[in-house]
Amino acid sequence: MAIAEQHNSPAQASSDKASADTTWHGIILQTLKRNEISLVPYVPDRVLTPLIKSLHADPFFTTFATAREEEAVGIVSGAWMGGRRGAVLMQTSGFATLANVLASLAVPYQIPLIMFVSERGTLGEFNYGQSLVCRTMRPVLDSLALEHHTITRLDELEFIVDRSIKQAVTTQAPVALILNPLLTGGKVFDK
Amino acid sequence: MDTRNTKVMNRFDVTSRLIAKLKNEEAVIGGIGNTNFDLWAAGHRPQNFYMLGSMGLAFPIALGVALAQPDRRVFALEGDGSLLMQLGTLSTIATLKPKNLTMIVMDNGIYQITGAQPTPAAGIADLVAIAAGSGLTNSSWAADEDDFERLIDEALEASGPSLIAARIDDKPGVGTTRRDPVQIRERFMHGLGVREPL
Ligand SMILES: Cc1ncc(C[n+]2csc(CCOP(=O)(O)OP(=O)(O)O)c2C)c(N)n1
Repeated sequence: MAIAEQHNSPAQASSDKASADTTWHGIILQTLKRNEISLVPYVPDRVLTPLIKSLHADPFFTTFATAREEEAVGIVSGAWMGGRRGAVLMQTSGFATLANVLASLAVPYQIPLIMFVSERGTLGEFNYGQSLVCRTMRPVLDSLALEHHTITRLDELEFIVDRSIKQAVTTQAPVALILNPLLTGGKVFDK
Repeated sequence: MDTRNTKVMNRFDVTSRLIAKLKNEEAVIGGIGNTNFDLWAAGHRPQNFYMLGSMGLAFPIALGVALAQPDRRVFALEGDGSLLMQLGTLSTIATLKPKNLTMIVMDNGIYQITGAQPTPAAGIADLVAIAAGSGLTNSSWAADEDDFERLIDEALEASGPSLIAARIDDKPGVGTTRRDPVQIRERFMHGLGVREPL
């Protein structure tokens, strides 16, 4: 299993990779695949678009939009219990709808919920409401003592994602991987 | 609603009728409150999962199980108030068309467990019409207990998702699930053959 793989450094981890795709979304896709995560429901975000497109284009993944983020959390939680691994993609504002399902399903039932959050609300945000929603995210994560990482650098991406997925699975605990604008470019006011 | 020419049944009774028909280790997800209390009261099975929160997620959780184990039939029991919280999932399920998922709605028109307050849909919205309008073409009201059993038999043979709604009385659930979420989840995973006990 993928869990047995050893990576001595982030650099070595990248050089081991079969794919030459070194975009942030390419690295996430390959790391999901390597960790046998095949079910990826999402509520979209502009920044996530290239990742969502490439997941749809790859038959390894079952990926689809849900109406709400907590619905997606329910789906991957059920799938985990049925023996299939999943991850949920969302925007910061989507994460803000999840406190109830985290506290009443994922945490108490010890489900390794893997969340990718595209971070809006910082580093050039132009919508005041988005910047306020963003400020609720880390306090909610911290209030439940949930593991979370803010990823800002391409050279650290694979290491953080790969290790975090393995830790979530082996410790049966949720993890939030926050994709910062320094990594993705974010969304800026253009019109 | 007068369009529903349906008998008022009882949640524990119809849940017991469902369980009696399950012979192939089918998974059953019980929604928050009374639906899982009556699932528990109908007799614990290793393939039962009981929700202790996350109101509205019985169908999404069941969908996840169904996608993970396409060869196992999966049932979900949800209250009408809970379903109203997550109507979008009906379209998600209609789009994915899992072959092995059956959704059962227990419609008493009230939030029974929080004091029997009427839901915003009570007497005005038709949950089967909402499901059909969401793309779940195989959605029906159970006219009475025999019809409920017939619809379950059909669902067990169906090649797409089915939704069965039962109009029920205002009685509370007859049992109380042991509130041990880790054990509930672990035993469910054993029941689904995903893990072995230590
Ligand atoms: C998000 C959320 N809001 C409110 C509650 C409180 N609550 C728990 S059960 C329930 C009512 C459930 O109603 P229904 O699904 O119709 O089942 P019934 O009680 O009628 O059997 C409510 C409002 C909750 N647990 N979670």
